[in-house]
Amino acid sequence: MYEFIAFYIFAISTVVLFGITVMSKNVLYAMTSLAGGMVMISGFFFLLGADFLGVVQLIVYVGAVMALYAFAMMFFDATKDIKEKHQNPTLTIVLGALMALVFVFIFSAPIIGENIEALYPVVEGVGNAQAVGMVLFTKYLVPFELAAVMLLVAMIAGIILAGKKMDHSLTTHDDAVDEVLHHRFESESDAIHDAEKIADRAEREGAGK
Amino acid sequence: MEATMLPEVTAAGIIIKAIIVLAVIAGLAAFGTYVERKILAYMQRRLGPMHVGPHGLLQLAADGIKLFTKEDIIPQHANKVIFSIAPVIMAATAFIALGAVPVFPDFTIPFIDVYVPSIASDINVGILFVLGMMAAGLYAPLLAGMSQANKWGIIGAARTAVQFLSYEVVTGLSLLAPIMLVGSLSLVDFNNYHADQGVWMVVYQPVAFILFLIAGYAETNRTPFDLLEHEAEIVSGYVTEYSGLRWGLFFIGEYANMITIGILASVVFLGGYNDLWIFPGWFMIIVKIAFMFFLMLWVRASWPHIRPDQLMWLCWKVLMPLAMVNILITGFVMMII
Repeated sequence: MYEFIAFYIFAISTVVLFGITVMSKNVLYAMTSLAGGMVMISGFFFLLGADFLGVVQLIVYVGAVMALYAFAMMFFDATKDIKEKHQNPTLTIVLGALMALVFVFIFSAPIIGENIEALYPVVEGVGNAQAVGMVLFTKYLVPFELAAVMLLVAMIAGIILAGKKMDHSLTTHDDAVDEVLHHRFESESDAIHDAEKIADRAEREGAGK
Repeated sequence: MEATMLPEVTAAGIIIKAIIVLAVIAGLAAFGTYVERKILAYMQRRLGPMHVGPHGLLQLAADGIKLFTKEDIIPQHANKVIFSIAPVIMAATAFIALGAVPVFPDFTIPFIDVYVPSIASDINVGILFVLGMMAAGLYAPLLAGMSQANKWGIIGAARTAVQFLSYEVVTGLSLLAPIMLVGSLSLVDFNNYHADQGVWMVVYQPVAFILFLIAGYAETNRTPFDLLEHEAEIVSGYVTEYSGLRWGLFFIGEYANMITIGILASVVFLGGYNDLWIFPGWFMIIVKIAFMFFLMLWVRASWPHIRPDQLMWLCWKVLMPLAMVNILITGFVMMII
């Protein structure tokens, strides 16, 4: 009973939130609804008793991915709408609807055929995290290690791309400080010079009258 | 074994629990401001609030009246919906996080016979859930800063992202070593581990404790790391444009998060709610949480702010390698013993 109500609340809010993500022209709305949708999806995992996966969904998507998203969004003016370029809206709608339909068929086919079978049924008395660990380190060991290697490659690439000036501090470097100080003094003396000029001119004008 | 002895947890019990947590923690958050101002004042040889009531005790009533009656302003060019949602996210995530930690001792209400549990929702990945929820709480400063059409707000939001990316790794890694020792993510198991071992986790994992405290202070925006609303640099950061009750929600959320970090540190590292000598468990946990709260104020009075680049340097170049080494050593020791 409670689960039914909870499921429909989560389902409706997920669809609505992701709908806003796709439709909205405002960066802030799209971002917020995407984050909210991710939280709602973690609700499904909790409903199914997969607490660990639910929490992982929460931490990974809400945390890491959205923080990176936020970085990208810093470059837009978040309070203004974005002008989107629609080149062929009809084609987009038709293709999008077709894709959605295909996905519905893919996921509903085994349910209709009643062909779903748990290859690795839940072991009684084993926690969520342990169950995930068992499957990861037996059946899916190779994909797991491959994923680890891929992440390592990405990390090394990131370090090489960004690491050239890693030990070069922008704030404590002497040259940078000198430059800033020098620049300020220069502009200050300029300002004083300007003020003197203005005062001179005002004096002259006053004398002229 | 223990589950059979406890009475059944009903929906009514959980609702009552949620209301109690909401009321007491929100009240404590208000009282916390008074305690913070008083303790800071004594540490800095001032008097603190003195005028309203004896020793300024009624100051929080005055502050409350001020907060409730202040005009609620939404800036002209702000994104109104997001601007209004942001403070709610802060308070909501803080209290949802409190749903998975043991807050008060369990008891049965006498006449209607409703059992009120110690943990509102005893999920078996409690520790991760709390961290995830507190991480989600950082959306509040982020969205608040971005929606208010104010430069200080944008800087505050950018710093939120920077801070989040810095400490999040350290929090997870520092807690990993204790999790390996206990072999569970449930806070109840952590508590039982202390009861079995008779020694607090902090004895085995002093490095992890300190790392967790540092990351926790960054998570709750406490002073050495309160880059988000650094008064001296960026006016008030993400709360620059907020007033009245919306600002109050941010405040309540921040204090609730401080209490949550206090509870986490007590349960994971400091022996939880086990009895100690002649003191009962519920008394001990309150003492520990109070001490953790006091420690945060003490740190605030002792250290100045740090810059964002210093925070990143600290987290990525010092704390993260330390946490990794700690995990490695813990793993090897566990394998040998």
